[in-house]
Amino acid sequence: MTSPAAVSVKLYLWVFLGLISLTAVTTGISFMDLGENWNALAALTIAFIKAGLVVLYFMHVRFSPPLIGIVAGAGVFWLAILLVLLLSDVLTRG
Amino acid sequence: MGKSPMSESSVAHAHQFDDLEQQRQAASLGMWIFLATEVMFFGGMFAGYMIYRWSYGPAFADASNHLDVLLGTINTALLICSSLTMALAVHGAETGNRKAVMICLSLTVVLGLGFLGIKFAEYYSKFTESLIPGRDFHYEGALAPAAEIFFSFYFAMTGMHALHMIIGIGLLGALAVGASRKVVSARYSARVEIVGLYWHFVDIVWIFLFPLLYLTGRHL
Repeated sequence: MTSPAAVSVKLYLWVFLGLISLTAVTTGISFMDLGENWNALAALTIAFIKAGLVVLYFMHVRFSPPLIGIVAGAGVFWLAILLVLLLSDVLTRG
Repeated sequence: MGKSPMSESSVAHAHQFDDLEQQRQAASLGMWIFLATEVMFFGGMFAGYMIYRWSYGPAFADASNHLDVLLGTINTALLICSSLTMALAVHGAETGNRKAVMICLSLTVVLGLGFLGIKFAEYYSKFTESLIPGRDFHYEGALAPAAEIFFSFYFAMTGMHALHMIIGIGLLGALAVGASRKVVSARYSARVEIVGLYWHFVDIVWIFLFPLLYLTGRHL
């Protein structure tokens, strides 16, 4: 097999550096008091960015046929239904 | 499985596919559908965590500070490194570099075992601190009942994650042995790729577990 690779080694290394940096950032931020729920929001935002980097580059979704992206998105979409409907109940109880 | 008359190392694909590329994409798609079910599986636990953290925020933050943030951060770094070596193994398989595949898969296994070793040490210290939910759970103060719920989530989620790691390490080990024995065929290359997808998914689960379990109460 000598087909061209989907992603270059250089790009993998950049994504890796991004993931390590974001880990340092999320750990650092967690020790600062941002007030209210901002700590949780910051932690989750960074986690989603990291997950996005892994999915798009390490898992090749950015360079794969759209079908793969749809399946990946479907998993997240159904999970979102679970979380949103749960919250719409719990957060609105008297 | 139907093998075409041609030798496997050249362009053999199973008879139900038009060509090798379609076969490769079908393998990848199958793994992605499995991973979508895995999102649901772990998602149920994340949903439970979300509701209980909403109900018992202060206790979850307090209990979270009983975890070792340094070990958690090191483990996060180990998993990210293992995802890089896994990606490089897939790259090696795509370019037919058998030696690179073997080295990168072995490195991934070593990093994964390092993660499990640290996890085991953490579990052991929770055991000595009586933080295992159940009869012997011991926690000072009024937050104890909700803290026990936090540790139930901690052990259920990290335990399920660790089980996925153990399965992944087994698959990677088998692939590494395979790489040392034969040439990189299309079939083998596809296997490396889909096990890679699985491994990256396990990494993503940890990317969410780490802030939710270890970093929740650090600012207090």
